[in-house]
Amino acid sequence: MSDKDDIEEIKKAREKWEAGSVKKTISRFPERKENFSTDSGIEVKRTYTPEDTKDQKYLDDIGFPGEYPYTRGVQPTQYRGRFWTMRQYAGFGDAEESNERYKYLLSQGQTGLSIAFDLPTQIGYDSDASLAEGEVGKVGVAISSLADMEVLFEGIPLDKVSTSMTINAPAAILLAMYIVVAEKQGVGMEKLKGTIQNDILKEYVARGTYIFPPAPSMRLITDIFEFCAKNVPKWNTISISGYHIREAGSTAVQEVAFTLADGIAYVNAALKAGLDVDEFAPRLSFFFNANNNLFQEAAKFRAARRLWARIMKERFGAKNPKSLKLRFHTQTGGSTLTAQQPDNNIVRVTLQALEAVLGGTQSLHTNSREEALSLPTEDSVRIALRTQQIIAYESGVADTVDPLAGSYYVESLTDDIEKRAMDYIKKIDDLGGAPKAIEQGYMQKEIQDAAYVYQKSVESGETVVVGMNKFKIDEQPPKNLLKVDPAVAEKQNVRLAKLRKDRDNEKVKQALREVEKAARGEENLMPYFIKAVKEYATLGEICDVLRKVFGEYQESVIL
Amino acid sequence: MDIKRGIIEGNRVALAKLITMAEDGRQEAIDIIRELYGKSGLAYIIGITGPPGVGKSTLTAGLAKMYSDLGKRVGIIACDPTSPYTGGAILGDRIRMQKLFTDPNIFIRSMGSRGHLGGLSMSTRITSRIMDIFGMDYIFIETVGVGQSEVEIADMADTTIMVLAPGLGDDIQAMKAGIMEIGNVFVVNKCDRDGADKTAREIEAMLDFNDKSAWRPKVIKAAAQADEGLDNITNAVGEHEKYIKESDIFMSKRKEHIKEEIMELATNSIMSDIMSRLPKDELNSIVDKTVNGETDPYSAANCILKPLRDRSV
Amino acid sequence: MSRPIRVLVAKPGLDGHDRGAKVVARALRDAGMEVIYTGLRQTPEQIAEAAIQEDVDVVAMSILSGAHNTLLPKVVKLLKEKGAGDKLVVGGGVIPADDIPYLKSQGIAEIFTPGTPTSESVEFIKSHVRIDS
Repeated sequence: MSDKDDIEEIKKAREKWEAGSVKKTISRFPERKENFSTDSGIEVKRTYTPEDTKDQKYLDDIGFPGEYPYTRGVQPTQYRGRFWTMRQYAGFGDAEESNERYKYLLSQGQTGLSIAFDLPTQIGYDSDASLAEGEVGKVGVAISSLADMEVLFEGIPLDKVSTSMTINAPAAILLAMYIVVAEKQGVGMEKLKGTIQNDILKEYVARGTYIFPPAPSMRLITDIFEFCAKNVPKWNTISISGYHIREAGSTAVQEVAFTLADGIAYVNAALKAGLDVDEFAPRLSFFFNANNNLFQEAAKFRAARRLWARIMKERFGAKNPKSLKLRFHTQTGGSTLTAQQPDNNIVRVTLQALEAVLGGTQSLHTNSREEALSLPTEDSVRIALRTQQIIAYESGVADTVDPLAGSYYVESLTDDIEKRAMDYIKKIDDLGGAPKAIEQGYMQKEIQDAAYVYQKSVESGETVVVGMNKFKIDEQPPKNLLKVDPAVAEKQNVRLAKLRKDRDNEKVKQALREVEKAARGEENLMPYFIKAVKEYATLGEICDVLRKVFGEYQESVIL
Repeated sequence: MDIKRGIIEGNRVALAKLITMAEDGRQEAIDIIRELYGKSGLAYIIGITGPPGVGKSTLTAGLAKMYSDLGKRVGIIACDPTSPYTGGAILGDRIRMQKLFTDPNIFIRSMGSRGHLGGLSMSTRITSRIMDIFGMDYIFIETVGVGQSEVEIADMADTTIMVLAPGLGDDIQAMKAGIMEIGNVFVVNKCDRDGADKTAREIEAMLDFNDKSAWRPKVIKAAAQADEGLDNITNAVGEHEKYIKESDIFMSKRKEHIKEEIMELATNSIMSDIMSRLPKDELNSIVDKTVNGETDPYSAANCILKPLRDRSV
Repeated sequence: MSRPIRVLVAKPGLDGHDRGAKVVARALRDAGMEVIYTGLRQTPEQIAEAAIQEDVDVVAMSILSGAHNTLLPKVVKLLKEKGAGDKLVVGGGVIPADDIPYLKSQGIAEIFTPGTPTSESVEFIKSHVRIDS
């Protein structure tokens, strides 16, 4: 960014400094390590100078917030206009309990809902299915039918609150339920704001809550894109996720690369299904991890934005500026939290939340202190929410847009991450795209290898985890952790039995037959799901029909 | 637990334990096998081999299920390489056979090669015999084709299925020498992919070229993950079984194996005997003398054998 | 040299997080053990059957979904019923300390909670498995 002569002078001055005061200091006491680098293998220099950013052009590469290539953010006034949405992921037990927790969070100043579903729901099983045994209500709320969904949102105005649902394989069905609940509240589809995660590729790679094989899963996803483009225009139809890929052990660069590669695959699928890129691309959204290494993470978000904008413009020829904007939700990295000295996790989460804000996230979830052990209590989740509020209202970092821009270090990191991510994306392209790469186990192996390297470095002490492999204390396990009421499963069984008795079973059978017919054909399935959930067909019943037609995914593992 | 009784009664815990004992080289296992040897000889052995990533495990699982559905009992031996550095192994074939875990007709055993250079474990043969004694109708031996493992499998199996898949990067011509002679049935798996027809044609062409024997190997397209083509494969196996049993091949191969095994057991036994009788220092001293030129290797060997020969006179 | 220790690494229930299971599987292999990994979504029946057929010395289950009190004891029960109750059963994952006494009373020898170095799990297995030679 400086001109040539300056760079030469700076270089000479730096070399003089290294040969002089640096050398002197090191001879008195050496640096803490031989090499400093990030988890992605990026070397971290002693200090950064204009030399490191000399090839960058401000207007082309960095630009202004809200303008291509969106390095500095997708919105011109960002947090000066409105803070990021404070959206705590929550849900456990049955719909009633979760409804209470949502009302609590909203009363404490949370600005959007984020629904956590239990594993049977995520995998398309009713609470009374045999495979659901022991799992009902444990990691999220149990939703087996529209009736449960109605209880979940009781007293919550769906025209005022935006809702993010972490649901993937059966996302279309849960969205159908949400639409019907809103309809019953008198709120039309066109008003609904929210997100469904709906990202099946990362399920195969890192999260494991898949149901069907890739091809029919992509069909369900593009059906949703198409349906929402026409009928639910304010809805984010997918949250292309890197969070879980990172949690599974990937590096920061891999997180960006594999997420954007998945994004490319979804865009390709939608184009193949006949949609116009500017029709659905504005409603694609992303979900990233805020992990350790503050500057790498902040740079990572900037790199992702710039890279996606370039991909959408150059590779897919998108014209609508909204198609080029990478909007994202962030969650602080759960796997960085320790079971030992859990209060330390509050500090970790604070730093990680800061990264996300410095990186320009649209919405944020902060983990609670005991999450290495269990779901949070009300008190703990309140502290997590306060963390965001303190950053927003007291720290001042939200008063200017993209404050880290211009830092020689951060701009250098942003460049570096973008380049390395591009290399991975190219490799995945060579393998035939993300779905093929997943089939061959490429992403999974990269992630596993990175996870193993990390584990070894923690066990050798090279990576310090405070309180766990250093600064340990003798401690008693924490008390008063949240326990999910085991009676939830029994309550659900009773509810489901009653539902199956009270509803019009002929209409349910008919609706399911229509779902099956449409699934075997090429029609958009959303209207059929809406019809079926209205008749109180259960999630498991609808998914069983789809399992019959689509088959089930068989995991292939390379260890 | 009375393992022998367990085997006779069809107890799978006993079967698993006997295999472990045999893998460990324990005399107890040999004794049990000896006593039950009369029950063996009825199982039909199918070898499954091929390059990595072609879907062998998935295919094996699909075929095993087909036989199980017909009421047949199936044993599967899945071999994976052991790390030469740590001695450990991750035996990962089972994952692709998850649906079979609770099938009462099917028994799956994963084995590491445990240093055996061929790729198969030394105990594969004995495990196969144990499963045979147990009453399995079919035994699948599955391993990845590296080194000489294809040859080993072809040697051990009655019918060998060579599994290939399109788009692996190698043309058939570039594949290892001898592969064409090994397969009795060729399966082009993942046939839903581009290039499946081409791969099948290339195999046929190479078989034309090598066509010496009376059995023309069948080339079958399949998509194991979707259960496609499996009945064609079992039919082909059935045809091959009929062919080798009607000609002399089945019997003469078995006789050859038994002869090899008897010779190997006898040789091992003699060596054991000699080594146990030879004082440790004596062997070292003979070696030193040979290296020094005081004697030569041939005379040295005679020297070691002398006590044995003298006794037999 | 006696034979390698055989370990079944299993993921019971619907939990799809396999990072820990895979890291532990590799660590066990690096420590010279034969590891059979079952993959995701295993019922207690599938785990018990696999453990029996493979005649493993150890059944190691990883679970993060909170369903451990139901699923882990079931595996122990099935192993006992089928005459294979002599295997060492251990667990790991997100399991609160409060639940550990119950699990141990049900026959699970040890629970490795978050932050346990793999070396500790390896050592535990090595010191608790006896290979008859």
